[in-house]
Amino acid sequence: MSNELPGHGGSNLPAEEPIPNPGLPEHTWRPTDIDEAAEKRAERQIAAMYLLSMVCVVLFVITYFVADVGDNWNTILGLGASTVGLGVFLGLALLLIGAGTIQWARKLMSDVEMVEMRHPARSSDEDREATLAALSAGGEDSGIARRPLVRNTLLASLGLLGAPAVVLLRDLGPTPSQAAEADYPGAGLEKTVWTPGMRVVRDVVGTPIKASDLEIGDLVNAEPEAIFPTEENGYPELHGAELLIAKSKAAVIVVRMEPESIIPGENRDNWSVDGIVCYSKICTHVGCPISLYERTTHHVLCPCHQSTFDLADSGRVVFGPAGRHLPQLPLAVDEEGYLVAQSDFTEPVGPTYWERDHKDIGDQGEADL
Amino acid sequence: MSIDTSKVATSNSSAATAKKPGKAGAVANWADERLGLGTAMKKNLRKVFPDHWSFMLGEIALWSFVVLLLTGVFLTLWYHPSMAEVVYEGSYDPLRGVLMSDAMASTVHISFDVRGGLLMRQMHHWAAMIFIASMMVHLLRVYFTGAYRKPRELNWVIGSLLLLLGTLEGFTGYSLPDDLLSGTGVRAADGFMKSMPVVGSYMSFFLFGGEFPGEQIIPRLYTVHVLLIPGILLALIGAHMLLLVYHKHTQWPGPGRTEENVVGFPMLPVYAAKAGGFFFIVFGVTALMGGLLGINPIWKYGPYDPTKVTAGSQPDWYMGWPDGALRIMPGWEFHFFGYSFALNVFLPIIVLPGLMFTILLLLPFLESWITGDKREHHLLERPRNAPTRTALMVSLMTFYGLMWAAGGNDLIAIKLNLSINQITYFMRVAVFVGPAIAFWITRRWCISLQRHDQEKLLHGYETGVILRSPEGGYTERHLPISESAAYTLTARDRDEVYSPDAETDASGVDAPGGRLNGLRAKLSELWFADNVQKPTAEELEEARHHAEHEHELTASLDGHAADGHQFDGHHAVEGETLRGS
Amino acid sequence: MRILNLTAGRLSRHRRGPIAGALLLLLGLVTAGGLYTAVMTPASAERTQDLASQVEEGRKLFLVGCSTCHGTNGEGITTDRGNNLGPSLVGVGAAAVDFQVGTGRMPMAQPGAQAPRKDVAYSEEETAALAAFVASLGPGPAIPDESDYSIEGLDSAAQEAAIVRGGQLFLTNCTACHNFEGSGGAMPRGGYAPKIRGVEPKYIYEALLTGPQTMPTFSNGNLTPDEKRDIIAYLGSLDDAAAIGGFTMGGLGPVAEGLFAWVVGIGALVGFAVWIAAHTTRSNKKKVEA
Repeated sequence: MSNELPGHGGSNLPAEEPIPNPGLPEHTWRPTDIDEAAEKRAERQIAAMYLLSMVCVVLFVITYFVADVGDNWNTILGLGASTVGLGVFLGLALLLIGAGTIQWARKLMSDVEMVEMRHPARSSDEDREATLAALSAGGEDSGIARRPLVRNTLLASLGLLGAPAVVLLRDLGPTPSQAAEADYPGAGLEKTVWTPGMRVVRDVVGTPIKASDLEIGDLVNAEPEAIFPTEENGYPELHGAELLIAKSKAAVIVVRMEPESIIPGENRDNWSVDGIVCYSKICTHVGCPISLYERTTHHVLCPCHQSTFDLADSGRVVFGPAGRHLPQLPLAVDEEGYLVAQSDFTEPVGPTYWERDHKDIGDQGEADL
Repeated sequence: MSIDTSKVATSNSSAATAKKPGKAGAVANWADERLGLGTAMKKNLRKVFPDHWSFMLGEIALWSFVVLLLTGVFLTLWYHPSMAEVVYEGSYDPLRGVLMSDAMASTVHISFDVRGGLLMRQMHHWAAMIFIASMMVHLLRVYFTGAYRKPRELNWVIGSLLLLLGTLEGFTGYSLPDDLLSGTGVRAADGFMKSMPVVGSYMSFFLFGGEFPGEQIIPRLYTVHVLLIPGILLALIGAHMLLLVYHKHTQWPGPGRTEENVVGFPMLPVYAAKAGGFFFIVFGVTALMGGLLGINPIWKYGPYDPTKVTAGSQPDWYMGWPDGALRIMPGWEFHFFGYSFALNVFLPIIVLPGLMFTILLLLPFLESWITGDKREHHLLERPRNAPTRTALMVSLMTFYGLMWAAGGNDLIAIKLNLSINQITYFMRVAVFVGPAIAFWITRRWCISLQRHDQEKLLHGYETGVILRSPEGGYTERHLPISESAAYTLTARDRDEVYSPDAETDASGVDAPGGRLNGLRAKLSELWFADNVQKPTAEELEEARHHAEHEHELTASLDGHAADGHQFDGHHAVEGETLRGS
Repeated sequence: MRILNLTAGRLSRHRRGPIAGALLLLLGLVTAGGLYTAVMTPASAERTQDLASQVEEGRKLFLVGCSTCHGTNGEGITTDRGNNLGPSLVGVGAAAVDFQVGTGRMPMAQPGAQAPRKDVAYSEEETAALAAFVASLGPGPAIPDESDYSIEGLDSAAQEAAIVRGGQLFLTNCTACHNFEGSGGAMPRGGYAPKIRGVEPKYIYEALLTGPQTMPTFSNGNLTPDEKRDIIAYLGSLDDAAAIGGFTMGGLGPVAEGLFAWVVGIGALVGFAVWIAAHTTRSNKKKVEA
């Protein structure tokens, strides 16, 4: 049997292999091949695994009906009995079938090595010729080569069929400008539900916040009043998508710090109230909500990608992959002492998008960043 | 010498005798009369597959895919792919009365109120992680052994696509419960889309059916997850298996194995049993993990709310490396003419994965271009015998691994008491320096292993028996390795550096692709640099002769060979004594 | 006396049981120890002290153990270079001291980014004295009593509602730093939000109130006492809840899950693959052809 490698042609390397192929080693037998007792033992072992698997299936079925779920889960060692029981018994049932079958293959099925010859991946020359002949006969018959008008118009018509496929997808969603025209509050990328005079309320409970409620070092996770409509404030009920869309842009964090620590941004002298500042809770990187506030440094960290913003300095980025400062909500107090927004955010909230700076939305209040 | 090709496996039971057709025969006859199964199955029933544990890694992926299909169908029977707002009234008390999407409510229902529901959910999730992990391990095996060379480049391409689709399938899948953790990931995906120049916001609005989060994203992800991607996956897996059967599996070189044959065991019964058994084992291990190890407790995250987040917000492990790239990227955002270009998001999450995936796809073609090797290869190469190939993948793995670690930087910080800021700064440098160092170390390591092999081949193995000559010098006894071991070491190709034909021909016309040819030749030279080639027949003869001579010199005076080598672990020691007889 | 009597003569070995010696020794030790405890324990710690003497005792303890960093009057110390050795304690209130000292965070073993929780250095009454002293420096949050942070007194429907609301408050205010299981999380520059599971409810209340280290405060004007109580009730429910899905692997989320998938899942399956393809036992004998 030659061991020459095919397709070597043209090289000037020695073709002689240093060591010839010694051929398949002599087969050594297994105890189960030569000893009846070992063979029977292996058979019994495999059968035992299959039997044990069946036992596990029975235990699975029993567990299914016996272990309680729902209001009052049965537990075993503090773990859910149903999940653990079903999982362990199913797992063992399957594993034992697998292990038994593997042992059958390893111990009882013949392990004498067999040899099969490969074939080259390419088809034979005759096959190639026959195929080429068939292709050219068929092609000639169709006349596609010598009828350019028919051929080209076919290709063009097939190609144009791409258009319906693409066009049909147009109504997947509105364009950003169309969305801005929608009739739910705060529609569009540039607006939120915040309006001038809208109270800032605590998230979850919905209670309005008096400036005097807060102490230095406090962090309040807050929302606009519109998210918590009551008879008193008269805002319309928000549900489902509209509620989530509103929250995803309007959520804010309110912190109180020493008034002297605040470095007011350009034209932002009156945006804070007694050291209380309010910023968008939505990170300008890719939109995760942030509220990891460090009381002593006034930095707020985003848990997703560790962008860090300085709330004492107009939300400037001090670390991390965010490229833009956190939008600030201008605060004021109403006659009863509750914190209110002076207006909506003066810039779009959330992640950057291509046309973000393009629209003129009034005084951006950009700090010197 | 000839290799006996007539060996047929003997069974342990009595020889098969022709039976009169029983029930099974009648059914087979019925089928064959319509389907011609006899012809189709004739070649494949006893098809030979080689045996090695590393050939079973792809099977882990295959069988976990089957587990995913089975458990997935179960879950679809209870899951509601809808973002309609519902009030939760199920049995998990801490969420009673809370507003959530129907998708979340149905998933909590599956977890708490459907017997076996949580087990199936957890099995599905573990199987998904194992599916992708095993594809990666399989990819690495195929790469390091050179099994992706001709004729298997297309299978490599199909496999890479399977890996990509598997990753997307996983992402869409774990986003379906619409819980806080996966919803945060979907929010980030919205940010990624928005960062794309020109079309970003349009893509975001089309995907979500309007502003984030809208009501369309979960049902759309559901369609992708249970219909589109599984369909493509099934087709690609079918193509992958078909090619494997057509090309036959590669095998390790060794006695009796050549480029022209396959040595191993037949499909029926051995591989059917081993592969079938392995299916049950994969299924069983997944079930055990699903029952014992809790994963993704969505009821503790609560429903997705764009104002809530958890520390330790990471995607599932297979998306960890782009997350890491995102975390260590500096905040480069550019504003010009009223437009914003978020390079800080676009580069790590759109450009980089695209680039990495393209490199992955092109690896076989890159290697064949550099080496100029157009031969078919069915014998595997040990990683050490292709140092540059091995080092290239190790450096890619290092890049991947460092990015992956960067994705877990906050957890590394709390577990190892480090500062996340320092970890980020370190990673910004390490992802460039690390792969370079890894490349260099791996390459030199492979070459030194080759040198060791060469030593063994030419001078024999070290017995550990130290001899002292009468003059006082110490030597170690070497003994020749067995013939089959020696053959295995030489069963590799000699490397041929690609050399293009002359740059210009006689008439002064440049060779086509001339400039690129120069680069190609240079790269080829570097690819094979310092590789230890196997010895020629004369070199081997000479070395063996020299060894024998040395052997005689170190024999003891009374003619016996110096004792001790029998006990060096390479020989059977029955009947041997230390002092000789 | 030989403890186990094994080396005694055959006769004496049968007179006593083999472990008689050991038992007797054990009995002696227990008796002696018990007598000692009963007789020598100092008088009960419930000495009624009036406030002034408690403050004075606190001041003495403070001077010894706290003033090096916090100043003799708790005013805080900043070095010439501007490094803060210890912040001012004026106005932090008794609650802050009870938390810091009661969890062992203070006194800090060494300066660092964060004071980790460690063994408690002061007894309960010493802690109370320190708290009284610091409270006397300036008005601040007081130590809560149990009704502030426990839902025991409520009926079962109200308890359930408290846990639900507490969960929503927890997810809004706490999980960003402390993670959904209360397993903790990373903060900038080596700081961290610690694990808050298995912590006494009183300490959680105090931490919310006083904002230890860099934690923000959740004063009663921010989160009302009822809201704080609800959060604590929710955390308690997490502790009480069975892990219905199996072992939780630390409650750290996808990173830990990925680790297990690789180590346990792939590890086990590759192990099985190695077993499947491994050579079985070989015999030296030849097969006798039938």
